[in-house]
Amino acid sequence: MSTQPSISTAPITLLVGTRKGAFIYRGDAARRNWQVEGPHFLGSIVNHLVLDPRDGRTLLLAAKTGHLGPTVFRSLDRGRAWVEAKQPPAFRKAGADETGRAVESVFWLSPAHASQPDVWYAGTTPVGLFRSRDGGVAWEPVAGFNDVLYPKIQDKVNPGPDGALLHSILVDPRDARHLYIALSVGGVFETLDGGESWSPLNRGVEATFLPDKDPEYGHDPHLLALHPLKPDRLYQQNHCGIYRLDRPSVQWQRIGRAMPSEVGDIGFPIVLHPRDPECAWVFPMDGTEVWPRVSPGGRPAAYRTRDGGASWQRQSSGMPSEQAWWTVKRQAFCADAREPVGLYFGTTSGEIWSSIDEGETWSRLAAHLPHIYSVSAVAA
Amino acid sequence: MRVVIPSPLFSYTSGQKEIEATGSSLAQLLASLDARYPGMRHRMIDEQNRIRPHIRLFVNGEAVSTLERRLAPDDEVIIVAALSGG
Repeated sequence: MSTQPSISTAPITLLVGTRKGAFIYRGDAARRNWQVEGPHFLGSIVNHLVLDPRDGRTLLLAAKTGHLGPTVFRSLDRGRAWVEAKQPPAFRKAGADETGRAVESVFWLSPAHASQPDVWYAGTTPVGLFRSRDGGVAWEPVAGFNDVLYPKIQDKVNPGPDGALLHSILVDPRDARHLYIALSVGGVFETLDGGESWSPLNRGVEATFLPDKDPEYGHDPHLLALHPLKPDRLYQQNHCGIYRLDRPSVQWQRIGRAMPSEVGDIGFPIVLHPRDPECAWVFPMDGTEVWPRVSPGGRPAAYRTRDGGASWQRQSSGMPSEQAWWTVKRQAFCADAREPVGLYFGTTSGEIWSSIDEGETWSRLAAHLPHIYSVSAVAA
Repeated sequence: MRVVIPSPLFSYTSGQKEIEATGSSLAQLLASLDARYPGMRHRMIDEQNRIRPHIRLFVNGEAVSTLERRLAPDDEVIIVAALSGG
């Protein structure tokens, strides 16, 4: 696919999910001044807040509180009014001889293909895949994953610090039935039939925490990204490095080897340039010894590649140069579609940082928020 | 019967702390509450009919762990949302 989209000049809205609620930041045309709306659902753990690009107005929000079970809220007017899903994601009721699973939190929300305007997918903790066919009102389990694949692979599906997560539900823009998902911990899987059957897609990815040298699955992808203009180009930030895959190959290449050795190639997020499949950004964290999961050396920085991972450039101008011990979670780094591209990330310490020159310089857009889980940039 | 609602569920009851409801068992009472306040039951009870980890149910002051517990019209049910941590 080579069609270049028209470049948006619209103001940007940031959708921010935090450990204590959601916030919406509306920017001016210059992307310099921002007005905050919120908190929405104060006290709720908001893992993901996503706009439906197919209608430009529907928001879905994955929420739970410490006390209560997980649910999904839906807004048809970009966050002014919210209604709870009538049937939130839930596993099927177990039979008498089974131990049933229960959704503990909805971690990830993805709109489906453009040809399926009311279809959404959700990924959960413990790992589960769910589908809504009515815009997020009622959710059903995707049996091909939950009841067929999961029982076969559960020996290598393990929880990380936030539980075992199903995330990065990516839809091939050329084919509504072609999806990728990632399990952390569990690996990357692909379906060609809309979720009925799945194949592992982890060759070449390291899993140093497993005894097997080259396991078929059981890896720890932190985030997958697929380039919308070149859907055969996939990037992956993994627990064990940064990778690239060009389909139809099934062999990932560890492009993080080109990162500076003192920084390493461990992190949570990876963000793609909306128009250049060779350009991506990561936000490294300390993955040494006890895995502090903070910026290496207390010096946060994004790293950018413009050649598909052959080389990386540090981008930290404007960020603290020392004693900054935060990092950026997997859904908390994003790009807008403007020219030059704007970049936005939210930190574990509750700050939002932005760059309106593709990462050359950064400034702090907001502070004093709760621990940030997700940031998404959409045209206003 | 009288049902005492914890504050995390006030968004369902429009802030009402106590409500009158009916049901011959805890399961029936929760179904009746969910019909009145859609979505409320799922926040307390998971899809395997297990009481969620931070919810406690008391009938006449006695902690109850099964939804099969029978109820009488003059019983008092207290729902408690119990949580530690920050």
